[in-house]
Order: sequence, then C-alpha cells, then structure tokens
Amino acid sequence: MAITVTEAAARHIKGQLSRRGKGLGIRLGVRTSGCSGMAYVLEFVDVTDDGDQVFEDHEVKVFIDPKSMVYLDGTELDFVKEGLNEGLQFNNPNAASECGCGESFSVDAG
Amino acid sequence: MALLQISEPGQAPEPHQYKRALGIDLGTTNSLVATVRSGVAETLPDIDGQHTLPSVVHYGEQGVEVGVPAKNSSLIDPENTIVSVKRMMGRGLEDVDSLGGVLPYRFVTAPQGQNEGMPFIKTRRGDVSPVEVSAEILCALVGRAKDTLGGELDGAVITVPAYFDDAQRQATKDAAKLAGLNVYRLLNEPTAAAVAYGLDQGGQGVIAVYDLGGGTFDISILRLEKGVFEVMATGGDTALGGDDFDRIVARWMLREAGVDESSINSLQLREAMVEACRVKETLTVEPEVEVGFGEWSGTLSREQFDELVDPLIDRTIRAFKRSLRDAGLKANEIDEVVMVGGSTRVPRVRERVEGFSGKQPLTSIDPDKVVAVGAALQANVLAGNKSAEDMLLLDVIPLSLGLETMGGLMEKVIHRNTTIPVSRAQEFTTYKDGQTAMAIHVFQGERELIRDNRSLARFELRGIPPMPAGGAKIRVTFQVDADGLLGVAAEELSTGVKSSIQVKPSYGLSDADISRMLKDSFEYAGDDKDLRALREQQVEADRVVEALAVALEKDGESLLSEGEYTALLADLESLKHCRQAGDAKSIASEIERIGRSSEEFAARRMNQGIRQALSGQKVDDLEEF
Repeated sequence: MAITVTEAAARHIKGQLSRRGKGLGIRLGVRTSGCSGMAYVLEFVDVTDDGDQVFEDHEVKVFIDPKSMVYLDGTELDFVKEGLNEGLQFNNPNAASECGCGESFSVDAG
Repeated sequence: MALLQISEPGQAPEPHQYKRALGIDLGTTNSLVATVRSGVAETLPDIDGQHTLPSVVHYGEQGVEVGVPAKNSSLIDPENTIVSVKRMMGRGLEDVDSLGGVLPYRFVTAPQGQNEGMPFIKTRRGDVSPVEVSAEILCALVGRAKDTLGGELDGAVITVPAYFDDAQRQATKDAAKLAGLNVYRLLNEPTAAAVAYGLDQGGQGVIAVYDLGGGTFDISILRLEKGVFEVMATGGDTALGGDDFDRIVARWMLREAGVDESSINSLQLREAMVEACRVKETLTVEPEVEVGFGEWSGTLSREQFDELVDPLIDRTIRAFKRSLRDAGLKANEIDEVVMVGGSTRVPRVRERVEGFSGKQPLTSIDPDKVVAVGAALQANVLAGNKSAEDMLLLDVIPLSLGLETMGGLMEKVIHRNTTIPVSRAQEFTTYKDGQTAMAIHVFQGERELIRDNRSLARFELRGIPPMPAGGAKIRVTFQVDADGLLGVAAEELSTGVKSSIQVKPSYGLSDADISRMLKDSFEYAGDDKDLRALREQQVEADRVVEALAVALEKDGESLLSEGEYTALLADLESLKHCRQAGDAKSIASEIERIGRSSEEFAARRMNQGIRQALSGQKVDDLEEF
C-alpha cells in the first residue's frame, strides 16, 4: 500500500512550498486526541526523521513516521474547494468514523 | 467540514484548537482582511477574486450594501452612500464641518447619552453614526473571512493610522464590537507594514513608512528598539493620493485633445479619469502608452508622465523632510523605507523616495496588502497560534498624560513614549482644611500649564473625610491598555472611597495637532519653566495667605498685641499684592519674609495648643476616674 496525492493536491502543495521558499515536502501524521480519538497532522518538512517512510506522487514528497503509517496506509490526499474555503482532505480507508469537522477520526478496533 | 492547512514543522494544531485570527486594514478608501494559512499571511479575496473591499456603505431602499455595489450607488444616491467614513471616526460635529463642505451628507448631533459629540448621518434608513457605518464594513469583511476559513473566528487585529487619538481608536473598537468581532488589539498602520516585512525581528533601527494611497498620504518615522516600535513623528497630506495622479494625467489629456475641462459632462470626466488611471498603470511597466479620448489619440511617455506627477511627489518629499525634522533625524539615519499604498507602484515615486532617503525602498509585498498582512501576522501570534516569543510588539503613547494640580499646572503621570500597556500611580493630597472632594481633570500634552494642553476628561472624588490640608492621601492611577486607551482611577487611601473614569474624549486631534503640540512644547520650554515656577510660588503664597488669615481670625486678637496684629495684616496684604504682581523669585522671598515675621505668632499658637491639649488631658483624666 502507499500514500497517494491527487494532482490538485500536488499543485497546491507545490505552490505552498514555493511560496514558503524552503521545505523538502510535507509530513502526514496522526496524533491521539481530538473529538474522535485521532487527529491528523499536516506539516511542512525541513528535516527528515529516522524511520520516516517517503512517498512521491505527482512530484511531491510525502513523509510519514512508521507509527502513523499504520493508521494512514492507503490514504489519498486531495485538495478540495468549497466556495471560498479551500484546503487538503484525507481520504483515509482506515477511518471508521470521522467527526463532522474532519480534523479527527477513529479506527475500528481489531 | 474543515479542510486542513499545512502547518510549520512541529506546529500542527490540536484539532479544533487552531484559532482563526484576522488582520483587518480598515482603510479610508479600501479595506482588506488577511489571515495566516499554512504559515503564510495572505489577504482573502471575495467570490469574484477581489481582495480589496471599497470602504463604501449604501443605505438603499432594499437594504444596506457594502463595497462595489455601494460604490456604484455613490453617483446615483450620494446622500445615502457613505464614503470615507474613516475621516469622521471619533470626530465631533465641528471637526467634521472643518473637513470641508465637500461632504454631501446631512449631519445631526447624536442622541443624548449616546456617542455624545459624534455626528450622525441622516440616511433613508435612519440616522447612523460613523461607528455603525464602519461596523457594516467590518461585517462584510468578517463574513468573507468566515466563508473562507469555514468556521467561527477567534479575533482580529485592526489597524489604525499612527496619529489616531483615543477617541478615534475607541470609535474603531466600538465599531468592531458592533460587528461582533473580538479585537485582540489595534495596531498602528505603519507598524503593521514594518511587521509584514519582518523588520520587528531585526532588532533595532529607524524605519520610514511611506504610505501613498488612493486619497491620502501618510509618512511615519518609527524607531525600533528591543522589539518596541516608537512612533517618532508622523506627517502627511490628507488630500493627496493616486486620484490626484489620475486627475493630473486627465487634465493633460484634455489639454492635448483641445477639450475645455469646463465644457464636458460628468460622464465624460469619469471616462477621462478611467483612461488616465489606465495610462498611469500601464506606464508602471511600459516606457510609453497610447492614449485616447473621444476622437483624439496620442502617446504619453514615461518621461512626460514623470514630469507631470513630479510636483505631486515633491509635496510628499517635503512632508517626509518635515517628519524627519520633527523626529530630529537626518535622511542618512534611516535604516529602512517601507512602501505602502497602491500609488507607490509608480516607478517615479520609488525613484524619488530612494533618491531622498538614500535607501532602496522595500516593495516586494503588494503595497495594497502589506498593512493587512502585517496585522494578520500579529493576530496569529496574539491568538496563540505561534509561540509568543516570535513577536512581542509594543507601541508607545504619543503624548504625555497627566492631571491638573493647583495653579493650573500639568502634573504628568505617564510620560510620552512610554511603552504600553502601562499603569502608573501617583499620590496627591488635599489643599484646604476640611476638603471633602477633589476634582480630577485629565490632560494630554507636553506643556507645563494645562491651558496649553488638551483636556481629556474630568471627574470628582467625593467623600474624602474632613482632614487638615495635606492630610488626605489620594492615589490616582493612570492605566493605558494595549490599544492606547486610558482609564483613570482615584482612591482616598484611609477610607477607600473610589472614583474612576474611562476616557472617551468627544473629539480628537489631527496628526498636525499632535506635532504642533510637540513642537510648541520644545519652543516654549523656557517660558513654560518660568511659568511653572511662578505658578508654584503663587500656589504656595495662596496657601500661606489662607493659613495666616485663618490663624489671625481665630487667635489674632487673643495672642497678638494690636501693633503685632496690624503688622501681620500688612504683611499679609503685601504678600497678596506680590502674588498678583511679582515674579516667582520675589514671591518666594516675600513668603520667606512673612514666615519669619509670623514665627512668633506661630510659636504662641503652638504653646496655646499644647496648653489646651494638656488641660484637656486633665479633664479627660478627671472624667476617667
């Protein structure tokens, strides 16, 4: 399995990186907290960590630590526009339920 | 559903923790809203991709319109279309009148007890205050931000001109409150522009902010030291901007086309102005441009254009020079020049500013957006989205704050250029025996006599227990919050009676007033010192006269011979006379003289007092047993 990035998401991420002026790529991660148990982390990467897994899709490098990979394997990162609002969205097959806000999720036990 | 933004490494927010914080540039002509997303501060466009919102509100038959539709109504329905409301914020009716007869509005005085002193504008939807009009503009920006950020807002930083006084700042905060917006703080516009360029991270230096907008020109000289921005001087021209550039080009065009300006109608004039604006913008990138008006067509080269606009730029450079002089600086002491306002795109403007300051001006951030961007960066920190050490931004108060003491003297409690927020307390006492109330009259300014300063507010502290003069201890506390708004509290320490006031002066000072007040305080420093000394001696003389008169009336006859009595009375008269006619020195020596001549009398009174006290003691003792 792997992490994929849609073309629109890649365009957005590349734009953000070039405006920021530095960065190797982006980091996806998972943190325990939030209203449904897990919360997504989405950050720029300046320094890689030991054990990071790296995926490249549409010329965008995605870094994930092994612990987060368990929860994110198979995730597609998409760029969504809703009226004036725009941003990235995790399409995560592992998520059993998401809270309405989309900032956190939970996985099925077992 | 919230869509995720990319955060800086290690700073991904907890879910639902990211606070949506706005930076708002509430401008005279145009307003903008910005926020920090994915670590980048950017202005937010509306659904049509327009970042700027014309600061125009139209009170129409169907409802209230803000922005472009309102602007379009300004020609058809000028009486109900409010433009440039910022110029009226926190001003009194008389100030608004002095803005010139150009305003087409019908002003009425505010209803009793409500924003007193502020003019209300008659519209078909009722009388509205400038605060309400500004709130409409803020509402439009907030609505745009909510749609864009997909959620509730935590708060905002709103920018104001550096020369805005307390009343104008308070009016801006009131407008935000009316719009349901939590204001973290107000930020000076030039400071925001400097922040946008990250100059606050640079440590120290002198920064000139050259702001040439659509209709106004502002120049601010800031000094940055240890993360504190001090506004050293401000200046400008409230009737000079990009519109004047267009007008001068339009005039040239009409002249070339052989059209008499007075013979064309308003529609043609508008057409000429639009063409002139296009010409100006094209010449920013092209060396020359084709110009057309009606049947006529020609070309305008950049050299010709420069020649046309040079007299306008001269005016800005002169104001720049004046501000530097006010700040006590030379052009070569400027470390950075920040360009703000769309008109600073004109290459000639940049050239001239660079020529004068000797520094290449900072222009990499869109000059229309730079103030909003800086405000957004500051808002992001204040919302707690970044660690606070990233940016601690402080401002200073522009004029000293103090109160009136006896003799009409100004007692400064907080001196100018003190960083805010700040709180200072000072103890005062009563002047007369048995005084039970004290008037606290708050002033702003640098001069020694209150009559040369500006009255901000007055209130009374009542319920002071009757005590001999000088017996009561009254602590007066001045507190200035982060927005530069002043609160004054007075407390009598032995009883704890309190009284306080929130200063919201009825109308304000212009930037020119502030610089004039500062200049005067330097110019009249010597006179002021002498006057202060004189007043102090006069107050002391009054105190002595009062005390002696009371003593003479009470004990004069019983303790003094007739000769002694008349001699002291004569001395008293002579001191009274000297107090009126003399200078500080002669009053002082007269006070000293009367002190010596009444020494014996004072001693006798004291002895009598002791005797009475002792005999009283005996009576008490007797009653005790």
